[in-house]
Amino acid sequence: MLKVEHLTKMFGGLAAVNDVSVEFEAGKINAIIGPNGAGKSTFFNLISGMHQPTSGRILLDGADVTQMPSDQVARLGVGRTFQTTNLFEQATVVDNLIVGHRLRTKSGLWDVLINSKRLQREEKAARDKAMEALDFVGLTHVAGQFIADITQEERKRVAFALALATDPKIVLLDEPAAGVNPEETEGFAALMRKMVDNGLTVCLIEHKMDMIMSLADKIMVLDHGEKIAEGTPEEVRNNPVVIEAYLGGEDDVAA
Amino acid sequence: MNLFFQQIINGLTLGSIYGLVALGLTLVYGILHVPNFAHGALYMVGAFMSYFFMVDLGVHYWVAMAGSAGVIAVLAILCERLVFHPLRNSPPIHDKIAAIGILLFLEAVVQMFWGSDFRRMTSPFTGIMNFDGLIIPEQRLLIIVAAFVLVFVLQMFLRKTMTGATIIAMAQSREGAFLVGIDANRVAMMTFAISGALAAIAATLYAPINLVYPAMGHLVIMKAFVIIILGGMGSIPGAIVGGMIIGFAEAFGGFYISTAYKDIIAFGLLVLILSARPQGLFAKGAH
Amino acid sequence: MLFKLGSLLMKPGAKMAMLAFALVFPFLASNEYQVYVMASAFVWAIAVYGLNIITGYCGQLNLAHGGFFAIGAYTLGLLTADAGWSFWPAFVAALLVTAALGFLVGVVSLRLKEHYFAIFTLCVGFIIYLLIDKWEELTHGPIGVRDIAAPYGFGVVDFTETTPFYYLVLAFLVFSIWFMSRLSRSLLGRTFIAIRNGDELAQSLGINLMRNKVMAFVLSTTYAGLAGALYAGMVRFIGPEEANIVHTFDMITYLLVGGIGTLTGPLLGTVGIVWITQSLQFLEEYRMIIFGPLLVILVIFFPRGITGQFLTWMHHKAQSIAPANKRKESKVVNTQRREVENNA
Repeated sequence: MLKVEHLTKMFGGLAAVNDVSVEFEAGKINAIIGPNGAGKSTFFNLISGMHQPTSGRILLDGADVTQMPSDQVARLGVGRTFQTTNLFEQATVVDNLIVGHRLRTKSGLWDVLINSKRLQREEKAARDKAMEALDFVGLTHVAGQFIADITQEERKRVAFALALATDPKIVLLDEPAAGVNPEETEGFAALMRKMVDNGLTVCLIEHKMDMIMSLADKIMVLDHGEKIAEGTPEEVRNNPVVIEAYLGGEDDVAA
Repeated sequence: MNLFFQQIINGLTLGSIYGLVALGLTLVYGILHVPNFAHGALYMVGAFMSYFFMVDLGVHYWVAMAGSAGVIAVLAILCERLVFHPLRNSPPIHDKIAAIGILLFLEAVVQMFWGSDFRRMTSPFTGIMNFDGLIIPEQRLLIIVAAFVLVFVLQMFLRKTMTGATIIAMAQSREGAFLVGIDANRVAMMTFAISGALAAIAATLYAPINLVYPAMGHLVIMKAFVIIILGGMGSIPGAIVGGMIIGFAEAFGGFYISTAYKDIIAFGLLVLILSARPQGLFAKGAH
Repeated sequence: MLFKLGSLLMKPGAKMAMLAFALVFPFLASNEYQVYVMASAFVWAIAVYGLNIITGYCGQLNLAHGGFFAIGAYTLGLLTADAGWSFWPAFVAALLVTAALGFLVGVVSLRLKEHYFAIFTLCVGFIIYLLIDKWEELTHGPIGVRDIAAPYGFGVVDFTETTPFYYLVLAFLVFSIWFMSRLSRSLLGRTFIAIRNGDELAQSLGINLMRNKVMAFVLSTTYAGLAGALYAGMVRFIGPEEANIVHTFDMITYLLVGGIGTLTGPLLGTVGIVWITQSLQFLEEYRMIIFGPLLVILVIFFPRGITGQFLTWMHHKAQSIAPANKRKESKVVNTQRREVENNA
């Protein structure tokens, strides 16, 4: 599905990501863990085309996407969420989601001017897609509410829905369960399983170990930009290098 | 040859003034990441304050300068407290619009009290020094010397005092500074005060060879923005070097190319440089 | 009661009523001067709609907007007064010139983000002013351009008269707003708003930032050019002051008071403030003593202006009524949604 070969990103003289090779299989939940500053977010930014790698290759279904800008990567089916998502607060949830399907539409200025059939068709498709995504994340009941009026947890679900509205093959989730309570965390875990059941590939960065250990099919551990371990939750849990990295590193992830 | 040296003196004079104004602007940007469009208005009000102290209260030039620096420092703190602080978490265009609001307000107030006439401000340094045919007006020399002294004092303050160290720490990392227990509010107010005082002093230094009028801040502030983009936003050495580059470019460009277009030089330079390097000349990376 | 008044204003009928008022205004006005003031308010409103595209919807604070207004005015002025063109060809040329220059400036400036973009456009605006002021061979410098042609009419209509010109401006304003309402509801308008929400998020949704930002910028400068050309045709005498940065600041004030990023905001803000300043003549010179702090207060407390505040309030009203009438709920929400879209 997504194959990364010898990926390196230098900032100034420092390697934020150093010679990382990994393969994410289709239809699986892949997790990336590691102490703060391990290069996890940079890794996401490289895959999604937000940053260009210094060296290495990224292959999506066999196609080389290494130098592609992020909007093109998105069009090829890589959706993503961010740790914080700025939305249009004084617009309804569904209004915020319609643009998610924009990348699958073609209408331009001229279509707007003459209100073309194509524009009407595409706008309906985008709205339907938004409702579908909203239904998927279980938020149909807040479709007509302003973003400003929904809860923190609902906002996170809206961000998921926005990524899903792009019709992705693989979704990159940056700390999806940060700042939510244990009960809600379970809800997000269920949502991710649902994504996989529906044929999506999930790749997430997360600090909540309990969740990761029970959820992920495969875990990659980064430390100081390098891959120090990879495998099933069981393998990673018992890996002495990982234990060392965590005990010597930040304590907020040792939960 | 003499004319050439004359242009060097002019370049140094202009560069000193621009550098001082840009310094204040870059300090505030470094700390709060606010491009303070009202900074030029602080500069202008600073000139009017000195004018007021000298003409209406009859105090000496130096006293007027100190008084003006104090008043503008307080004004700058007020701007920070009342406007920029409440907006610190707003979308990025809000603080800029608010800064424009302050600018419009200050200009209108000054215009109400003093009208829009051009006023001449005197200074005790009206003499002309003649070094073997090289003519240097005393005021210009004063500007150059004062700028160097101020930059030196500021450097000492930032490097050698605790308060200065906290300002630098916060400029480098806002979150980091917060974690180690720096009182961000106090640092922000301090930075605005320094920035305002620098603007007032620069205005008082420059006013005797220029004129005092409500729109006097427009060009200066825009050039100061050009300077801090060239020098890297938030960089102190960048502000000084950038100030000198623009000062010299104007002095020589105005003399050898065209006086009418000398004000365009700075902006033309900016357009050229940003077209080639969107992140500025010396910046390591865009913010 | 207020709510009823509110929903009345939201109905399509309200738009018709506003249009009807604009149509009969010359007959209600007590003198020709009032018609002239209203026409000039409409001209500025068109320019403010342009600013709303790039700054309100797309989130990029463009401080060169007044400069493009002046370019539109000067293109029309110089072509008719110096090159001897007649009005309408020069008018079309003014639109093309501002669009083309908008494209050039946009391609360079939109590579810059946030503060850099605002500062860069501030400088572009100033360069435009300096060029107009200093390039005397072309622009006549501070003397300005005189004897600008007025639009020639058709048959008995003579656009040199105030009232026919008023209707001409009104027609362009209606077209501008109509197009804006189309745009803001369309996928293209939503694309612009997604960019305002954040560059990275927009890119992750597959949006090509540069192409969309340049399109928004060119649209906005074309609106400015349209307004500038109409202005030149109306006052028939222009000078470098048209490019003064103060005009850009004025337009930002109109936009913010009316409601940035809303459909009716630019019209309400512009017409409202122009009339307030007119009726308080002493304000003219010192208006900024009030508008300066007003801008600050608005961005701190009411960042979306009159219209935005009103829409939010309406929405909450509808939301709180909805649960009470369970059966009507979906209907209320649906109509509400449509209304918000119409105005957002």
